[in-house]
Amino acid sequence: MALLWLRFALACYFIGLIYAFFALSRTSDLFSRIALHAASLGMVFHFVSLVEVFFAGHVVWASVHNGESLLAFFSMTFFMIIYAIYKTTAPGAVVFPIVFFLTFVAAVGQQPFVFTSSVSKVWLIPVHIALIFTGYAALLFSFVASLLYLLQERRLKAKKASSLISFLPALEVIDQIGYRSLMLGFPFMTLGLLIGSLVAVSTYGHMDFLDPKILLSILMWFVYMVMVFTRWNSGWRGRRAAVLATFAFVAAVVAWAANYFSTIHRFAAS
Amino acid sequence: MRYQLIGVNHNSAPLELRERLAISESRLPEACRDLTAHPGIEEGMILSTCNRVELVTHTANGSADLRGFLHDHFHLTAEELDAHLYEFREKDAVRHIFRVASSLDSMVVGEAQILGQVKEAYATARAVGSVRGQLDQLFTRAFAVAKRVRTETAVGSSSVSIASVAVELAKKIFGTLQGKNVFIVGAGKMSELAARHLMAHGCASIFVSNRTYDRAIGLAHKFNGQAIKFDDLYDSCDRADIVITSTGAPHTIFRREHGEQFLSRRKNRPMFFIDIAVPRDVSPEMAKLDGIFAYDIDDLQQAVSSHVADRRKEAERAEAIIASEVEKFETRFEDRLSTLDVVPTIVSLQDHLETIRQAEIDRVRGRMGPLTPDQEMAVEALTRGIINKVMHTPITTLKTAAREAEATTVIDVVRRLFNLRKESVSPDANRKNEARKSD
Repeated sequence: MALLWLRFALACYFIGLIYAFFALSRTSDLFSRIALHAASLGMVFHFVSLVEVFFAGHVVWASVHNGESLLAFFSMTFFMIIYAIYKTTAPGAVVFPIVFFLTFVAAVGQQPFVFTSSVSKVWLIPVHIALIFTGYAALLFSFVASLLYLLQERRLKAKKASSLISFLPALEVIDQIGYRSLMLGFPFMTLGLLIGSLVAVSTYGHMDFLDPKILLSILMWFVYMVMVFTRWNSGWRGRRAAVLATFAFVAAVVAWAANYFSTIHRFAAS
Repeated sequence: MRYQLIGVNHNSAPLELRERLAISESRLPEACRDLTAHPGIEEGMILSTCNRVELVTHTANGSADLRGFLHDHFHLTAEELDAHLYEFREKDAVRHIFRVASSLDSMVVGEAQILGQVKEAYATARAVGSVRGQLDQLFTRAFAVAKRVRTETAVGSSSVSIASVAVELAKKIFGTLQGKNVFIVGAGKMSELAARHLMAHGCASIFVSNRTYDRAIGLAHKFNGQAIKFDDLYDSCDRADIVITSTGAPHTIFRREHGEQFLSRRKNRPMFFIDIAVPRDVSPEMAKLDGIFAYDIDDLQQAVSSHVADRRKEAERAEAIIASEVEKFETRFEDRLSTLDVVPTIVSLQDHLETIRQAEIDRVRGRMGPLTPDQEMAVEALTRGIINKVMHTPITTLKTAAREAEATTVIDVVRRLFNLRKESVSPDANRKNEARKSD
């Protein structure tokens, strides 16, 4: 049943995907409204699907596809919060495709990968997941914002008349979205990683720093920290911020992919 | 609907001619009076702006010699003037007035000024009494149409002056201008105007710097701002988010190294340079820096003209509104006008028959001697009944005809059939009727 709801959600997100394709070339108020409603509806289905998974019990939680589904949901929540504050659907141009992809993988997969390691402090796992995923979603949005910032900056620099009627919000608004996501995500990510380490240490008695998952997570956290620092210290934005954000995002994606070949954070076919 | 309009505008006539036709505000009342004194003109209004001079009139027979009036009044020959004139009548005149008031006929389509100018001209003409019922009706409607166009289309929405484009660009960068600081470098009229716009949109404070310090103080005083010595320019410029620069310097004032300084001191918060100086004050090298957005006068001009193109599209929607409004106006006008024409005829027809009835009763009385009150009442009822029955169809026909094109023919036939005297349906009666309506 959960899978069925998720597929309904996927159908709704598909409309968002179409919106993303056209958002850059043409601006239509009507279209962005439709996309927004479709996305909201998708979230409802998605939520129902997640609740069913939740009541199905702990073990299913640890499935990698449910993780993807949850991350997509978190991202959509972020999108909606940003829409509520800034009244812009512009981040959708990048977020919708990513959400669609995550949901797609989760919805068509046959749930083959589950978390196989036996961990002692099981109750900490949901906390770890929630924190990390919030961090991931925030990171995604600071990445998206830096892309949009670049785009808007280009438009303003090119002095094309279209810069006045584009769908992008004002430069400073984009900057603020990115900055706030960054600052919000960092503590979550840090705390999530700490709890993860705690669980690891209590389970295995030590941290295996050479494990790809751990190595990449630390790398990602490090880039994240550099971003926060440069932003704070010298107000880096625009191109330089975008490079860093892209780097952090790629690190995050790789760290996520490491789930498939990490020994201690392994999801394996069941 | 005997409206008649003649005029010149920015498209039809060169500036020199428009200048000769322009009527100053002080002489406008007199010109309006002259206009209504011209033969065949019942009501008249003159609209004189820098882009157009137009006479709007309501005439006695729909073909007054407005050209003649222009020739006389401005001492111009037909050769000089006539090729540049346009003339509209009836429905076309209504449409033209609607378009002018809605700013669709303006040089810059959608500019808001014209409506105010039309309103002023209307008020002036009304004050001297040259605008009464008919033109009153027309202009009241025109103002409503202009409002409708403004609210239902985006014709007037995008700004077109350089100053307002600058404001919009600033909003694209900063989102809100609330709390932003403005720096004026080189006190000039243009920069003052731009600054005024920015302040009106919420900018917090203003700094002024000028080679002549006194002028900086003067301008700063106007805005409640702060004057900065020109030597301190580079040290304090980073405090501003928006810099309007318009110095007469032959070389650039802001170079790459300055931009880098500003940005590092501002922690890379963006800066917007509005460079209206020729030659430019901001070097192209500096404009390339991330976080520096510099628009020179050409860039702004370009933004202005692309806005104008946007407006064209909206203008098409506005034209559709106008077309439907003209139709509506015409229908309503005809209703009102023809009923007006028909009422006196009906009244005099009733009067006429009543006179006949009274005369006949008197004649009968003379022959039969005094009647008892009962008989009197019976006769009264009988004769009245007959007249009402007979009159019913003609009156209904008249009222229906009033709404159709053949109204005048029917009125004419009725008058002739009953031999109704002309003076009872003279303009006098018409005017009384109108006066009653407009009260």
